[in-house]
Amino acid sequence: MTEKLVIIGNGMAPGRMLEHLLEKAPDRYQVTIFNAEPRVNYDRIMLSPVLSGEKAYEEIIIHGDGWYIKHGITLYKGHKIVAIDRQAKTVTSDHGVTEPYDKLVIATGSVPFIIPVPGHNLPGVLTYRDLDDVRAMMLAAQSRAKAVVIGGGLLGLEAAAGLNAQGMDVTVLHVMPTLMERQLDPAAGYLLQRAVEERGIKVITKANTQAITGNGKVEQVELADGTIIPATLVVMAVGIRPNAAIAKEAGIAINRGIVVDAGMRSNDPDIYAIGECAEVNGMVYGLVAPLYEMARVAASQLAGDGAAAFVHSDTPTKLKVTGIELFSLGDFADGDDRQEIVLRDASAGVYKRLVLKDDRIIGTVLYGETADGAWFNDLKKKQTDISEMRDTLIFGQSYQGGAPLDPMAAVAALPDDAEICGCNGVCKSKITTAITAKGLTSLDDVRAHTKASASCGSCTGLVEKLMVLTIGDTYNPAAVQPMCSCTTLGHDEVRRLIKAKHLKTIPAVMQELEWQTSCGCAKCRPALNYYLVCDWPDDYADDYQSRFINERVHANIQKDGTYSVVPRMWGGVTNAAELRAIADVVDKFEIPMVKVTGGQRIDMLGIRKEDLPAVWADLGQAGFVSGHAYAKGLRTVKTCVGSDWCRFGTQDSTGLGIRIEKFMWGSWTPAKVKMAVSGCPRNCAEATCKDVGVICVDSGYEIHFAGAAGLDIKGTEVLGLVKTEDEALEHIVALTQMYREQGRYLERIYKWAKRIGIPEIKRQIMDDGDKRKAYYDRFIFSQKFAQVDPWSERVSGKDKHEFRPMASVGFAQAAE
Amino acid sequence: MNWISIGSLSDIPRRGARCVATPEGKVAVFRTQDDQVYAIDDHCPHRGGPLSQGIVHGTAVTCPLHNWVISLETGKALGADEGAVRTIPVKIDGERLFIALEALASRAA
Repeated sequence: MTEKLVIIGNGMAPGRMLEHLLEKAPDRYQVTIFNAEPRVNYDRIMLSPVLSGEKAYEEIIIHGDGWYIKHGITLYKGHKIVAIDRQAKTVTSDHGVTEPYDKLVIATGSVPFIIPVPGHNLPGVLTYRDLDDVRAMMLAAQSRAKAVVIGGGLLGLEAAAGLNAQGMDVTVLHVMPTLMERQLDPAAGYLLQRAVEERGIKVITKANTQAITGNGKVEQVELADGTIIPATLVVMAVGIRPNAAIAKEAGIAINRGIVVDAGMRSNDPDIYAIGECAEVNGMVYGLVAPLYEMARVAASQLAGDGAAAFVHSDTPTKLKVTGIELFSLGDFADGDDRQEIVLRDASAGVYKRLVLKDDRIIGTVLYGETADGAWFNDLKKKQTDISEMRDTLIFGQSYQGGAPLDPMAAVAALPDDAEICGCNGVCKSKITTAITAKGLTSLDDVRAHTKASASCGSCTGLVEKLMVLTIGDTYNPAAVQPMCSCTTLGHDEVRRLIKAKHLKTIPAVMQELEWQTSCGCAKCRPALNYYLVCDWPDDYADDYQSRFINERVHANIQKDGTYSVVPRMWGGVTNAAELRAIADVVDKFEIPMVKVTGGQRIDMLGIRKEDLPAVWADLGQAGFVSGHAYAKGLRTVKTCVGSDWCRFGTQDSTGLGIRIEKFMWGSWTPAKVKMAVSGCPRNCAEATCKDVGVICVDSGYEIHFAGAAGLDIKGTEVLGLVKTEDEALEHIVALTQMYREQGRYLERIYKWAKRIGIPEIKRQIMDDGDKRKAYYDRFIFSQKFAQVDPWSERVSGKDKHEFRPMASVGFAQAAE
Repeated sequence: MNWISIGSLSDIPRRGARCVATPEGKVAVFRTQDDQVYAIDDHCPHRGGPLSQGIVHGTAVTCPLHNWVISLETGKALGADEGAVRTIPVKIDGERLFIALEALASRAA
C-alpha cells in the first residue's frame, strides 16, 4: 500500500530529495508538500542575479507546476504548517488543512537573523531570504534612493551589488574589520573591499549599528560612533539561524537546529529533517552542496536503504557578483603547525594563499584568478602529498610537470573524479561521458542531463571548457545565444543584417547569413517571417508555411486537433444581434463549449477544422471579423464602462479602448500584445498588468506598459501622462512600433523593456517628439497592408487546401 | 503493393502537408522544399498531435502541440525525444501521387 509522505517546506533540499526518491522508489509514497511561500520550487542561490536584473524569476524555477502534476504530488502553496501532532501523525496548516502522514520530512530552512536594534521593525527594513524580499528590494530600488546593507558577508555583498545594479546608492555596514572574514583572510578581504568600492558601493567596516530611525518609515541608520547614514531601504543580511520552531513545539529534539542522525532521522523515527533547519553531527549548513547531500541521504532512507549516511565535506565558497572572482575553501587560520604559500600581484589584483599542514592542503583562498580552485579542491579532498611540487604549487596546475601553458590544459589535466560542480556533486567524467554518450552540444543539454552548472552557475566556465575538450570546436561558447541551431547569429544580429543588407525573403536571409540548414527549423522560420513582415511591410510576401498553424488557419489549435474561434468584440462591447449570431453558429455547428475569456471576448471551442470557413462565413454575416486570439499581434483591448456609465469614470475609457483596437488590429508583433483602458484609478479593466495599459485621470491619460500576468506577474511601468485622447493614441502606437522593430520574436513587451531599459524607452517616446512621430508614421504605413480580415479572405476561398483533406481512400466504396 | 491514387503533387504546398482520410485514421502527406513527398500517420507519438499541421523543415516536421520534431523519412522522433509513427510508402508517377496502405491491401486481398 502507498504510504503517505508529507513534506514541510519546498526549497532546494526537499526538491532534490523528491527527484532522488522518484528515481529510487517512484510508487512508494503519496507525496504532499506544504510551502509557506506561495509558489513552486526555485533556485534560491540565483536570487542575486534576479536582484541585479541578470536573470528573471522564470529562469530560476527548478520545478514548474507541471512537474508536480506529472508526478501526482499535491503542493499546497502559501500554506504554513502551524502544528505537528505526533500522536495522531498529522500536520495542520494555517489555512486549516490537516494531512495525515506515515513519514514526515521537515525542511523549513532558516530564518534571517534580525539585529534587535531600535527601529528594526520600521517599514523599509528588509531581510534577504526569498523572492518576496527580492521583489520588495527591486520595488524600493525604483526610487533610485539610498540603501544601507547591514552585513558584509556573502549575502550582504550580493544584495549590495544587486541594489547597486538597480541604480541605488548603496552603503555596506560590516561589524568586523574586513569583509567576508569567515571565508577570506584579511588580505583578500581588503582586495574585495577595493573591488566593491570601485563599483561605487561605500563600505564602512567596524560599523556598529545602534539604531534605525525615521518617522513611520526608515530614514536613517545611526552608528555607535555617531555617524548618520541617510537611507530609505535597509537590508539586514547578518546571518541565518535554523528554523526549528515547529519541530520544537512538537517536542522533537532540537539544539541549534533539528537534531538528526547520519540518516537524517530525528528522535521521532518517522520524522526526518533536511536542509538548513537540520543539525547533523553538531553542524548546521547553509551552502547547497551539503544540503543536496542531505537530500540524497534522506531519499535513500525513505526508499528503504537504511545504510545511507551523511558525511561532512568542506564546500568551496564563491561570490556571485559579476566581475569579482573569489574562491575560498577549508581552514585558513594561522597556526604553529601550519605553513602557507602566498602569491600576490597587486597591480593585477590577484591574491592566492594555500594553507598547508603536513604537506597537505587544508585551506585555499583565491582572489582575482580562481581557475585552479577545482584542482586545489581535488588535492585537498584526496589529501595529496604536495611536497614534490611545492615550489610551483601556487602557480597552479598548468605549471606542474612542465605541461604547456594552454588555458585548456588545466581542465584537461584534471583527474576523472575531480569535482566540477560543487552544488550538485558532479565530477568530470560524469560530464564528459554524458557529452559523448548522449551527443550533447549545448550547455543547456549538459545541464539537463547531468545537473552540472544548473544551480549557482559558477562552474559554467569549467563545464564549457570540458565541452570544448570533449567535442572540440563544434561547441562555441559564444556570448550571444544563437536564434536556433540553424545559425550562430543571435536575434538582434539577424534583425540588424536584414535591414543593412536589404534582405527581403527567407531564402535570401538564409543564403546571405549562411544558415546551416537547407530550410531552417520551426524556431527560426516563424521568427524570420515576422522580422520580414515588420521590416518590409510593402515588399515582403508573407510565407504562410513559416507560420505556426494557429496563424496559418486563423484559429487556435486545441489538444484534440480541433480549433477554437474568438470573434473580435471591439473594446469588449457587444449587442443582441451579435450574441444571437453567435448562438446560431453554436447550434448549427454543434459547438461543444462556449467560454468568456479573460480579455472580454467569447470563445467557441471544439470546432472541426473543415467547418472553420463556414463558421467564419456565418459570423461574417453578422459583422464579425477575426479576433486574432491566435496571433503574435494585437489581441484585445479590455475596457471598463468609463464616464458614460460609471459614477467614478473620469474619461470615456470604452471609447478610447475601441478606438485603439480599431486603429491597431491586424498588426503583427514579436509576441502577443494585450491592452486595457481603465476609466479611473480604481482600474476595473486591470490595465496595470497589461503589455500596454491606460489609466484615465481627471487631468488626462496615464500610459502604462511592460506589465505581465502570466508565467510572471509584474505591475506596469508608467510611460507618462498625456492630456488628450489623440496624444494617448499616438504615444501607444509609437511605443508598439518601437517594440515591433526591436523586440526579439516571442519576447513580450516587459522582457523587451527590461533589456532596452525603461528610461531609454521613455526618452524615445515621451521626450523625443520627432522619434515618436517617425515610429507612429511607420506603424500607419505597415497597417495599410496588415488590416485585412483573414476570415473573410478565407471565406472567399483563400488557402482552400488548408481546410479540407486531399483525398478520402479505403472507405465503403473501395472495400466492397 | 496496392497503390492508391490520392491526387497530384501540386495539391500540396511546398514545405507543407495535406491529409488523406482513411478508415484507419488520417494520413499526413508532406511535400518538402525540393519536392520530395513523404506520408506518415497524422498522429504524433507524444500526445497524438496532428503532424500535418506542423511546420515542415528539411525532411522533418515539428508537431504543433508540443514541438516534437519527427523525421519524415523514418517516422522517428529526433533530438532528445523517443517515439515513432508509422511511415507509409509513397509513389510519384509524373504529377500523380499514390500511397500504399498495408491494411487496405490485405483487406482487398
